[in-house]
Amino acid sequence: METAEGVVKKFCYMNRKAPYGTIYALESLEVVLIAAAFDQDISLVFADDGVYQLTKDQDTDGIGMKNFSKTYSALGDYDINKIYVEKESLEERGLSVDDLQALTYEDEDDDWAEKNSLFVVGREELTALIDEQDVVLSF
Amino acid sequence: MKFGIVINEGPYTHQSSDSALQFVKAALGKGHEIFRIFFYHDGVNNGTDLGVPPQDDRNLAKEWSELAEKHGLDLVVCIAAAQRRGMLDADEMKRHGKNASNLSKGFRISGLGQLIEAGIQADRLVTFGD
Repeated sequence: METAEGVVKKFCYMNRKAPYGTIYALESLEVVLIAAAFDQDISLVFADDGVYQLTKDQDTDGIGMKNFSKTYSALGDYDINKIYVEKESLEERGLSVDDLQALTYEDEDDDWAEKNSLFVVGREELTALIDEQDVVLSF
Repeated sequence: MKFGIVINEGPYTHQSSDSALQFVKAALGKGHEIFRIFFYHDGVNNGTDLGVPPQDDRNLAKEWSELAEKHGLDLVVCIAAAQRRGMLDADEMKRHGKNASNLSKGFRISGLGQLIEAGIQADRLVTFGD
């Protein structure tokens, strides 16, 4: 789709709800995958119950829902490599980064070296990060 | 200023559509431009033509249609969210072999790219949701 040529804005997608129970997490991911085609500067934030979206070994067999958690590990292929998880949200839920799936991307400027794309950031740092965005979409 | 609007909740259960309607009216009244209004999640249900609210209550779908006609607003319902929830225009009805369509006048169905484009083109993207 044609947009104003050369315009690159900082888009931040806030994910604040649990992966199941409501559709927000799934439909947020659908937005992000489309957004990747627009060559904008994309950041993803997971905070509040949204941190559960990235937990590893999700098993939805018992609830009849599609397990879409594996899609997050494909984000690197979409050049989405700034994924922030709020430290306090993890701690408040008794989680650590070890409970989350590893998210990586291949750096085309560094001989396709595999690099980490998931960063745990504190609430104050996250505030500053959100403040510098042009567009914030909260799900 | 040029605004983009996102509405993420359906009518009546949540107030987001009402608030967005008031915001859009106020913005237009102050001479601002509304680039696009994008309906996502249950917000797509704002586009149904089949709602019959009590006569002493507001009719949100009708108000959106009338406002769109008056000001040439671009009301876009997300196609993926709409298909899940049974919101179809005449073309989608035929494509999926359904026997009815229900999209109100003034709304159109299109893809999520329209939301991203609104974020790029508008000076401010304002979300109405929970």
